[in-house]
Amino acid sequence: MAEPFLTRAAFAAILVALIAGSFASIKIASIRARMVTWWVLAAVLVAALAMGPPGVTVLFALISFLALREFLSLAPTRRADRPALLLAYAMVPVSYGVMAAGAYAVWLLVLPVYGFLLLPAILLLNGRTDQYLSAAGTIQWGLMATTFCIGHAALLVYVPADEAPAGGAGLLIFLLVVTALNDVFQFICGKLIGGPKITPTISPNKTWAGFLGGWALTGALILAIGPLYTGLGWGPVILLAVLLPPAGFVGDLTMSAIKRDMGVKDASNFLPGHGGVLDRVDSLAFTAPLTFHIFAYFASERF
Amino acid sequence: MLRCLIWLLAKPFLWLALGLAVSGREHLPRRGPALVAANHNSHVDILALLAAMPWRTLDRVRPVGAADYFLATPVRRFLAMRLLRGIALERTVQRGADPLGPVRAALEAGDILILFPEGTRGRPEEMGPVKAGLSKLAVTCNAPVTPVYLQGAGRILPKGTRVPVPFMCSVLVGSPIAPDGDRVALMAALGVAWEDLRAMAPPLHWH
Repeated sequence: MAEPFLTRAAFAAILVALIAGSFASIKIASIRARMVTWWVLAAVLVAALAMGPPGVTVLFALISFLALREFLSLAPTRRADRPALLLAYAMVPVSYGVMAAGAYAVWLLVLPVYGFLLLPAILLLNGRTDQYLSAAGTIQWGLMATTFCIGHAALLVYVPADEAPAGGAGLLIFLLVVTALNDVFQFICGKLIGGPKITPTISPNKTWAGFLGGWALTGALILAIGPLYTGLGWGPVILLAVLLPPAGFVGDLTMSAIKRDMGVKDASNFLPGHGGVLDRVDSLAFTAPLTFHIFAYFASERF
Repeated sequence: MLRCLIWLLAKPFLWLALGLAVSGREHLPRRGPALVAANHNSHVDILALLAAMPWRTLDRVRPVGAADYFLATPVRRFLAMRLLRGIALERTVQRGADPLGPVRAALEAGDILILFPEGTRGRPEEMGPVKAGLSKLAVTCNAPVTPVYLQGAGRILPKGTRVPVPFMCSVLVGSPIAPDGDRVALMAALGVAWEDLRAMAPPLHWH
C-alpha cells in the first residue's frame, strides 16, 4: 500500500535541503545561481507529480527533448541529416507515448531496435556516404542517452501502487534525490578534501576523495532510505548502494568527455548555475536504468 | 501596450522553442534612436532577436526587411508589416529615389531598428559582406549601432527549407558603437566586433 506519509517526508526533506542550501549560498556566492535553479526544478517536479503519471511523462518528455536538442546542437551534424534529425526528435514523443499507453514491451523495442533500424535507413536518403557511420552513431547515441535511459525514471511512476511502499512516485523521488545528492556529495567531498585527481584528462575537477567520499555518503543514504522507499530486501538495497554512486559518477564523466571532445564546458546555459539540461541529467541517464531494473527484477510483477 | 502583452506570452515560448542562449543582454538598447545590426541566415533570426530584447522596449523595436521579399505575398506582408511592424526597404534603387527614407524617418521618431546589413540570408551559418547603408544611416541619424552575432538559427531554418529542425540558438550582443562621423572607421569597428562575438559562440560542428 502506498503510504502518503513517506511521500510527505520526502518532500519535507527536500524542502529542508533546499533551505539549507539557500542559507549556505548566502556565504558561498558561487552556488547562488545553482540554488535558485534547484528551487525552480523542485517546484516543477512537485507540480508534475501532483498531476500523476501523465504529468511526470510530459515533464520527462520535455527534459528528454531539451537534452537531445543540446546534444544534437553540440555533436557534429551535416545539413543533409535534417530529415533524420527531425525523425530523432519525433521519436521522443513516440517513445513517451508508448510508455503512457502502458505498452512496456513495445517501449523497450521502440528506440533500441526500431529507432536503431529506421534512422540509418532515413540517413540513406541523402545519398551521402562520407561520415555516414558517425552520423548514424551520433544520433542513436543521443537518443539512447537522453530519451531511452532517462525514460526509465519516468517509467518508475507506472509501478503499481501496491508494489512499492510509497508508490511509483516515491520510487521516482528516491531515484532523483539519491542521484542529485550523489552529485552534491561528490562535489562537497572533492572540495573539502581535495587530493589527487581521478580523471585529469576528462574532468580535471574530480578527485579520488570526491569519488570515494560521494560513494560512501550516497551508499549510506541508500542503505538508510532505500528499504523505506523501494521496499526491497537488504540484498538488492546493498547492490543498489554499491552500484548507483559509481554509475552516477560515470554518467557525469561520459558527458564531460563528449563536451571536451566538442570543445565546450557546458552544454548550454539553460539552467543558470548548472549549465545545460544535459549537464544536469547526465548522471540520471546511468542511474535511472540501474535503479529501475534492480527494482523490476527483485520487486515488480508488472515490469 | 497590447503588443507588449502578446510578447510577454510569446517570449517564454520562443525561449523554449529556440533554445535561446543570450549573452551581453545588457548591451541591447533601451531607447531609440538606435540600430541593432546582426548577421542573417534564417527567418528565425528576427524571432530570436525579438525574444532577446527587453520587453519594455518592444513597442519601439522595428525590423527592417527587403520590400521585394516581404511585400511579395499577402501572408508575408501581414506577418512582416502588421505583426512585426517591419519597415520595407527597396533593394533595387531607382535613380533619384531615397531608399533609406522610411528607415531614417523611423530613427528620427526614436525607434530601435533591427537591421541585417548583409542584405540577404546567404549560406547557412556563414556571414557574408556587409552593405554600407548601415554606416550611412548611423552617421546621418547619429544612432549608436549594437552589433549582434546570431548562431544556430541558420541550422533551424536555413534558406530554401520549410520545416524547422530544433537546434540551440545563440544570441551574442556586443557593446554599442557610437558613430563619430567617420563611416569607414565605423564599419571597421563593427567588423572587429562581429569577429570577436563569433569567437565567443559555441563551436559549430556543422557541414
